Amino acid sequence: MIPFAREYAISVTDLEYSYPDGTKALRGVDLKIRRNETVAIMGPNGAGKSTLALHFNGILTGSSGKVEVMGIEVNKKNMRKVRDIVGLVFQDPDDQLFSPTVREDVAFGPLNQRRSPERVDHDVSRALAWEGMEGSEQRSPHNMSFGEKKRISVATVLAMDPEVLVMDEPVANMDPRGRRAFLELIKVLEGTKIIVTHDLGMARELCDRVVLMDKGLVVADGRPAATLSDEVLLEKHGLI
Amino acid sequence: MRHDFIDRYSRLESPVHALDPRAKAIALFAVIIACVTTPANVWWPYAIYAALVLIIANASRLPFSYLLTRMLVVAPFILVVAVCVPFMHGTGPTYDLGVFSVTQGGLLVLWNVAAKALISVSCLILLSSTTEFADLMHGFERLHVPQFFTTVAAFMYRYIFIIIDEAERMKRARDSRNFRGRWLWHIKVIGHMVASLFLRSQERAERVYQAMSARGFDGSFPRWKETHMHAPDWAFMGIVTATALAGRLVVLWK
Repeated sequence: MIPFAREYAISVTDLEYSYPDGTKALRGVDLKIRRNETVAIMGPNGAGKSTLALHFNGILTGSSGKVEVMGIEVNKKNMRKVRDIVGLVFQDPDDQLFSPTVREDVAFGPLNQRRSPERVDHDVSRALAWEGMEGSEQRSPHNMSFGEKKRISVATVLAMDPEVLVMDEPVANMDPRGRRAFLELIKVLEGTKIIVTHDLGMARELCDRVVLMDKGLVVADGRPAATLSDEVLLEKHGLI
Repeated sequence: MRHDFIDRYSRLESPVHALDPRAKAIALFAVIIACVTTPANVWWPYAIYAALVLIIANASRLPFSYLLTRMLVVAPFILVVAVCVPFMHGTGPTYDLGVFSVTQGGLLVLWNVAAKALISVSCLILLSSTTEFADLMHGFERLHVPQFFTTVAAFMYRYIFIIIDEAERMKRARDSRNFRGRWLWHIKVIGHMVASLFLRSQERAERVYQAMSARGFDGSFPRWKETHMHAPDWAFMGIVTATALAGRLVVLWK
């Protein structure tokens, strides 16, 4: 049975993308992600994982192919709606956090959604509390540790109540305790979660599904238990 | 790496810190304008300006050693003028100092530059050290400074230390491979470093913009909350501005 379009949180059809210098980053990606699924996108450096993630809310748009979010096509006209649905957490928290204070950064998304000041105040404290960072509203990101910045980065996106949360390398460079705390947090979050990562342990623990990419293509797609125990496959695509 | 920020004392608690940034900005800029337009040959208005600065500095509970160190930034300029004094042919009597002689006119120029520079700079130090940078920028915005300037300044404040860190890391990586940068041909290496620092900053700018767009940024910064000036803010602004202007205007009438 073919599910309705709205059953898919993200649906990517034959997506191709080349960087301005001509490098082909995506060579026809097909991927359907169901609502409330937690999916790990894995693969070696340069496989096109981050490039694909940037297509999920229209930061990049492919040279051919189609991306749909909750049944809405990602194009210029729908951009605002798409970015309300899909929240993207970037790899480097210093890219994500640009404001002088934490409060302004967390409020930035909700304010762009034209929410009222009272609602924004509420959103900010809720998102910070969720990340265990309550009381840090007035601090500056540049005085914070890497782990703290990372948590604030996630809060800036959670404050917008995205239905789909996309995270690029969320635990890279985190210390073990930070990583553990982060995994616990993601576990209890509701909604569709897409995690770009090299961390096999995290994929096993958190995800319902692992999508393996290499050289701009999806090369494997399945349950973590099956995909991540296929040593020949992992070896071939540089994950072990 | 931790850095020394220009607003590192901005979280102290004092009556000056508690004032609205707009009140502080207007009052201190009034002192600066009055000071730089006062003629050099009357000294007592400068005493008024200096007294204002000292009173505010004292009320702000900033460490005086910190204020003095920060004021050293104007020292080179004053020094340059001081070196030139013997070569100035001003009016008035000449004082013979052995090897060279100075004129009264020359000394007046030195006094003028030193007094104006020190008072103006201490006003700016007081403003930036008693106000958090973000509040200062919002204050300027509410005073109708174009958002373009305040945004550029805010980005600069946020990213300058990240860029310095990047430069520092590059320097360490370079030095650990035994680079000492003493000879002329090393200039090429330094050129490459500057170029790659520029490229990295540009790439970062691109990523920051992407991250902003991902959160629905469409080119205009959303306004948040308006704060209101209260009685102490008006009083501070009124008294400081009036005193500075009085000093300036009395000279005019004489």
